[in-house]
Amino acid sequence: MLRYLARRLLLQAVPVLFVIITLTFFLQRFAPGGPFTREKSLPPEIQRNLDAYYHLDDPLWKQYCDYLWDLCPKKFTPLALRSSFDLKAAFGIDLRPSFKYASRTVNEIIATELPVSLKLGTLALLVALGLGIGAGVVAALWHNTWIDRLVSAWSLTGLCVPTFVSGPLFSLLFAVQLRWLNPFGWYEPRDAVLPVFVLGLAYAAPLARLTRGGMIEVLAQDFIRTARAKGASASRVVFHHALRGGLLSAVAWLGPASAGILTGSFAVETIFQVPGLGREFVVSVTSRDYTLVLGTVVVYGTFIVVCNFLADVLQAWMNPKLALE
Amino acid sequence: MSDRPPQLNIPPPEEAAAGLSPWQDAWRRLRRNQLAIFGGSTLLALVLLCFVIGPFFAQSWREQNLAHGLAAPSAAHWLGTDLHGRDLLARILYGGRISLLVGFVASFVALTIGVTYGAVAGWQGGRADTLMMRAADILNALPFTIIVILLLVFLKDPMQRFDTWLTALPGLSGWQGAGKILVMFAAIGAVEWLTMARIVRGHVMAIKKMEYIEAARALGYRPARILFCHVLPNALGPIVVYATLTVPAVMMLEAFLSFLGLGVDAPMSSWGTLIKDGAERMEECWWLLVFPGGIFSLTLFSLNFLGDGLRDALDVRAAKD
Repeated sequence: MLRYLARRLLLQAVPVLFVIITLTFFLQRFAPGGPFTREKSLPPEIQRNLDAYYHLDDPLWKQYCDYLWDLCPKKFTPLALRSSFDLKAAFGIDLRPSFKYASRTVNEIIATELPVSLKLGTLALLVALGLGIGAGVVAALWHNTWIDRLVSAWSLTGLCVPTFVSGPLFSLLFAVQLRWLNPFGWYEPRDAVLPVFVLGLAYAAPLARLTRGGMIEVLAQDFIRTARAKGASASRVVFHHALRGGLLSAVAWLGPASAGILTGSFAVETIFQVPGLGREFVVSVTSRDYTLVLGTVVVYGTFIVVCNFLADVLQAWMNPKLALE
Repeated sequence: MSDRPPQLNIPPPEEAAAGLSPWQDAWRRLRRNQLAIFGGSTLLALVLLCFVIGPFFAQSWREQNLAHGLAAPSAAHWLGTDLHGRDLLARILYGGRISLLVGFVASFVALTIGVTYGAVAGWQGGRADTLMMRAADILNALPFTIIVILLLVFLKDPMQRFDTWLTALPGLSGWQGAGKILVMFAAIGAVEWLTMARIVRGHVMAIKKMEYIEAARALGYRPARILFCHVLPNALGPIVVYATLTVPAVMMLEAFLSFLGLGVDAPMSSWGTLIKDGAERMEECWWLLVFPGGIFSLTLFSLNFLGDGLRDALDVRAAKD
């Protein structure tokens, strides 16, 4: 088991991160234009100074190697993350100054914006897990009844109505018409309600579908009948016997999905004007902020890798057959 | 005694002659699925509306009439007008052309890449297969939004030049913005083929162990011929099903990109840009959000119904990995 996990981490996680960073680095460098491309070109002295400040005058391979070196963790004090999310203080990772926000470093931007996205994402993930798995299990237990059809209809609706449609609609209904909540902003605790539910419901729908499918399959198997026959209560059958197998495909899907949910959905953060990292993703690409793009990609890539790894661990624990292969 | 069935049980000759091929059988099952039929006919109606009736629509999608800006739905403008007084119905029909076109063409790109890649990996097996699938795994872990966005930005200038060249040709002056759409086809297609590749690989690996493939090999056919004439036709069921399910995913991605302002440029519109415009002024003009959002969701519903129906009809195991 331990060997399987270690292999997984070495053979998959590290290469994935490396490829993501390399691809992003060179793709944006080979794209025409740059962070200082304006209508009017800068005076050559200023351009030279800027290039020197951002090390843009070095050969490309040197810039690349230097960046990779700055990315390597040089110490390990995760407890420092408690006071602030600065990756430099905790791991010695330097993400360089931002091109667009002249006075801020990418470390600082991530330190202020990632916690917002994480808070929104964690709450949304809890909503998605509770609603999705709950509804999926209930639908599977009452398979082919009106409850099942209701859950299926709801989860299909969730799949077909994207967040950038449901978000404004929820905002229109609950904020503009009913005036229960603010249409956007991120100032008081209740401002989190709308974005959390819009994001959570979007992820709950596919989760309910996967859970329902998996549970129906497991509940039809012989060992469940045996458990029922020997008099196990309904809740024991579900929680102790069926869930472990029934949630396998849902857990596999949750790996990449939770990385996306935790680092913030750009659409949801834009609609509700949440100052999170998801919004920074696209803005930084269009403004050609080289270091900020790379920084967000590093964070996002790390989350994907970690979440996939956790999903793998969970799957291996739930299905020992996988670990043996 | 022989274990042949008694003579009486042999069906009458007429019925025996009307034996069903697997595809006819699937079609019969699909016809009985009301939701799938509803999805299929809605989709057909939408395509007809957008591509056939839309171009002849009396009101222009680009003609501005500032005096009638932001008018609520009325007899003159059934779905109201936008900020510049353009008829929303005409714009939705026009936007549908872009959205559906991107959906279908990008899915086709994804289908071609995915089927070829998966078939080659599954057919070769061994080290080539491991290498190809590991590469696909890595691609799968990439933040795809970033890749598509980077591609859109990266190819912006070449496409601008392509646009100028294209519109300079006689009779093609109305094709402005075609370059951007081509980039979207390529960019979306390039990230959406991974699931298809994995599914095709699995089926090819199963099929290549069948006896009829061995027979084809014994007959001395070249591998390419066996792969494309014998293996792939037998994997067509799952390919059709997942192609149908790729279209809504692609359309969602296109709308998402347009919503972020990275999709088609004004004065063209897709459903994504219409939703974006609507979301910006939903407080005073609900119709700008509700109608484009509604028709977009309706399309996704239809495609999903059709895809699920096809999956049941062709009896493809729900093998989402």
